[in-house]
Amino acid sequence: MAGHSIEVQNLTKRYHQLTAIEDVSFNIEHGEVVGFLGPNGAGKSTTMRILCGLIPATSGIARIGGFSVATRIDDVKRLLGYMPENNPLPEDMRVLEYLRFRARLKEIPAKRQKKRLQEVLDLCDLNRKTSHKVIGSLSKGYRQRVGIADAILAEPEVIIMDEPTIGLDPHQILAIRDLIETFRGKMTVIISSHVLAEIELSCDRVIIINHGRIVASGNAESLRKEFINRVTYRVEMKGGLGDFGQLLKEIEPGMTWAPMGKPDSDGFLNVTLTTPQTEDFSERILEKFQQQPGIRVRAFNRVEANLEDIFLSATRRSWKEVLPAVKPNDQETPESF
Amino acid sequence: MTKRLQSHFESVMKHFFSLLHHELRALLISPSTYAAGVLFLFLMGWIYWRILLQYSLAPLDGLPASMFFQLFWLPVFFVVPLLTMKSVAEERRLGTLETLMTTPVNALEIIVSKFFAAYLFYCLLWLLTLAFPWVISIGLDSTAASRHLLDGGALMGGYTFVALSGLLFIAVGIFASSLTRSQFVAAMLSFCILFIIIIGMRELQEETIALFPWLGETLSYVQIFKHLEDFSLGVIDTRPFFFYISNCALVLGLSVLMVEAKT
Repeated sequence: MAGHSIEVQNLTKRYHQLTAIEDVSFNIEHGEVVGFLGPNGAGKSTTMRILCGLIPATSGIARIGGFSVATRIDDVKRLLGYMPENNPLPEDMRVLEYLRFRARLKEIPAKRQKKRLQEVLDLCDLNRKTSHKVIGSLSKGYRQRVGIADAILAEPEVIIMDEPTIGLDPHQILAIRDLIETFRGKMTVIISSHVLAEIELSCDRVIIINHGRIVASGNAESLRKEFINRVTYRVEMKGGLGDFGQLLKEIEPGMTWAPMGKPDSDGFLNVTLTTPQTEDFSERILEKFQQQPGIRVRAFNRVEANLEDIFLSATRRSWKEVLPAVKPNDQETPESF
Repeated sequence: MTKRLQSHFESVMKHFFSLLHHELRALLISPSTYAAGVLFLFLMGWIYWRILLQYSLAPLDGLPASMFFQLFWLPVFFVVPLLTMKSVAEERRLGTLETLMTTPVNALEIIVSKFFAAYLFYCLLWLLTLAFPWVISIGLDSTAASRHLLDGGALMGGYTFVALSGLLFIAVGIFASSLTRSQFVAAMLSFCILFIIIIGMRELQEETIALFPWLGETLSYVQIFKHLEDFSLGVIDTRPFFFYISNCALVLGLSVLMVEAKT
């Protein structure tokens, strides 16, 4: 496919005095799974709704599959599967009946409808018994599955899901993550979520939005480099704490340490070592510890900053400070977190 | 180009019939539809019975059917709001209007399908009132009286008027529903608008004719009671057709704009 699957340039939406999003720009390639993160009211849903043509933007350009959302909405709708926040569904329809109705609206050829419906029901783990139930009587998890089934029904090029895992139990989240995994490479997926671990596991790339502006964009590695300026190591050790600070200085002058809690019954203590240097000192630390007869190490690991740390760091920073550093297309080759 | 237009038209019709099927189904399982149906038939049955009672007490001019249709406004005030209040307002409240708008259907197709579903139901309810004169005429021995009850001209005129004016009334109901997310507010709004159109206009004309005769003259064209009178007498004028169809299109057009603007 030529060009980007989703292209957003300087998108701005204002409601009278209130600016919901300002100058939002990003591109998403075909087959990418992208997480959209941001605190409440950051502008995630607004951006998604503009992309679906539900609300017009005040200024800027949004294109899906090369078609402008503002001028070619009919073409855009044929490429799009959307699951809104809170997943609204008609309470009084049966699952199969609803999906059949949606299949007709989404112009799935009559010959293919039955087969496709069965495929989608299987994919979303909606068994025969559930598919004949009235939507109003379904549990939250099943409702979410019906919403996702509807979004993927017409095999759209782009799937936009606003908080698809909200209110689900861990098993259901796992099932939905597996489902999203099956879309990778075939469909472009945008997911907004508050569950950071969820995004970290399912997405190739993250776009963090705050106060209506993009404050970070890229894969985990690039975001870690940009936002996390320290590395932490965790050691479970015994003895040798007398001149421990000095020992660490010999490894890296900026390295500091802090105990975590009290020694356990065997006398082993959890200690965190923190350094502003991003290079990996693991080997050197272990080597140094082995040379010290008074130190016994039971466990050691390098603690990677997770998406939560990146998210907190990115949203804490002033957007004015961050924005010039963020370019719309600064992502590297997409890779899984 | 013609081929493209044809395929576009085909897809529009496909969407329309899918939506219409969906809307009719929604109407059929909605309790408010049955409430409207029962109330309507009960009220109309009672009115018809009262009319026949009057005829049995003293000889009256005119046909029972003409007198029956004179009271068309009474059921309109509650049947139209009950049939239409849910249409857009409930979908907006639930958020399903949004999901509908992200499929290849557009606001026009949505509004027109909702309109036709409610309109078909409205016409069906009125058609059921045909049973009143029919059932009574079966029970009557006198053929003259039966003929009097089943007078083709009066019935035809009355039902044509109901079908024609129903276009505007239902469109008004859909429009009121498109303005809000509360069914109750939609019902109140449609009641008020219908009241202004049916009763308000008549009062306005009566008030203005003495003060501004030219305005009274103009207002006489939009008198719904006048249209009914003409139809009952068998006067089929194109002006009421134009009035109801064009206004129905106008109101539905406004509803489409409301759906597009407020999704």
